[in-house]
Amino acid sequence: MNIGDVSLAHYLTLGGMLFALSVVGIFLNRRNLIVLLMAIELMLLAVNMNFVAFSHYLPLAQDRMAGQVFVFFILTVAAAESAIGLAILVVLFRNRATIAADELDALKG
Amino acid sequence: MTTISALFYLFSTVLLASSFGVITARSTVHAALFLVLAFFTASCLWMMLKAEFLAIALVLVYVGAVMVLFLFVVMMLDINTEELRVGFWKAFPLAALVGVLIALEMALVLMGGFRVADAPVDLQALKLGNTRMLGIEVYTNYLYPLQVAAVLLLVAIIAAIALTLRERKDTKAIDPNLALRARKADRLRIVKMAPVIEVASVPPAPPAEPAKDGGKA
Repeated sequence: MNIGDVSLAHYLTLGGMLFALSVVGIFLNRRNLIVLLMAIELMLLAVNMNFVAFSHYLPLAQDRMAGQVFVFFILTVAAAESAIGLAILVVLFRNRATIAADELDALKG
Repeated sequence: MTTISALFYLFSTVLLASSFGVITARSTVHAALFLVLAFFTASCLWMMLKAEFLAIALVLVYVGAVMVLFLFVVMMLDINTEELRVGFWKAFPLAALVGVLIALEMALVLMGGFRVADAPVDLQALKLGNTRMLGIEVYTNYLYPLQVAAVLLLVAIIAAIALTLRERKDTKAIDPNLALRARKADRLRIVKMAPVIEVASVPPAPPAEPAKDGGKA
């Protein structure tokens, strides 16, 4: 291989950097619940990137579609997750008039 | 540097920059729009990985549905973003440390082990196309998980509606359930009663001078 070619490691590193960025986002936006949900979406995107990259570079042809099928299911679950998360957020805002995560201390945890 | 790698570096730069925009944007609407850009570039990268169906599905499902949902919620809620950003940069040193550690560790492990540059050529995929290959997999080997995912989506729909549905007190709408259950007997009461027969009474004492039109009245 040439040194300039895009290899599997490039895509995996991109996924890793994306994941790290979203972890930083969770640290920074620990009060804003909407941006927390967005950071979780970014994390899922990073994981999906790894799955798609592996499914492209896998040597065995008969196993190759499994990664894409998994991404398909992750997309389903992520859509359901964000829909329910946003519904909970709306109900929360209606009841408490805030979405700051550190003011949600009704359980005294 | 070939065109492919130039495109890869371009898309990765845009992807990382837009995800940095998501986590640092001052307004939540801007964060959502940056997330749309991130999903678009990720979809371009997936196109380069020959996962065409998933790339299109990412744009349709995420940009078309989920991000619109995010934007709706952001615009529906009246949030003071400045108040939520108090102490935003306070955790930055720790966050940056953790993030750089994660990225470096992953790069260290992955760059060493997975330097596979040549993707194997799949003749069947070339013949059938990515969408049909995915369809064959999903509808044969993964049929049962597909049904479970469908049920999961149904549960999510019902849960989201049930969570956000609110009973308004000031409406005059009638409950259709009640309206359907109503029978005639609930509305209308037929009372059987004996007919009151007015006995044509003989005028006790006819006036001495009957009116001229008395018979018509």
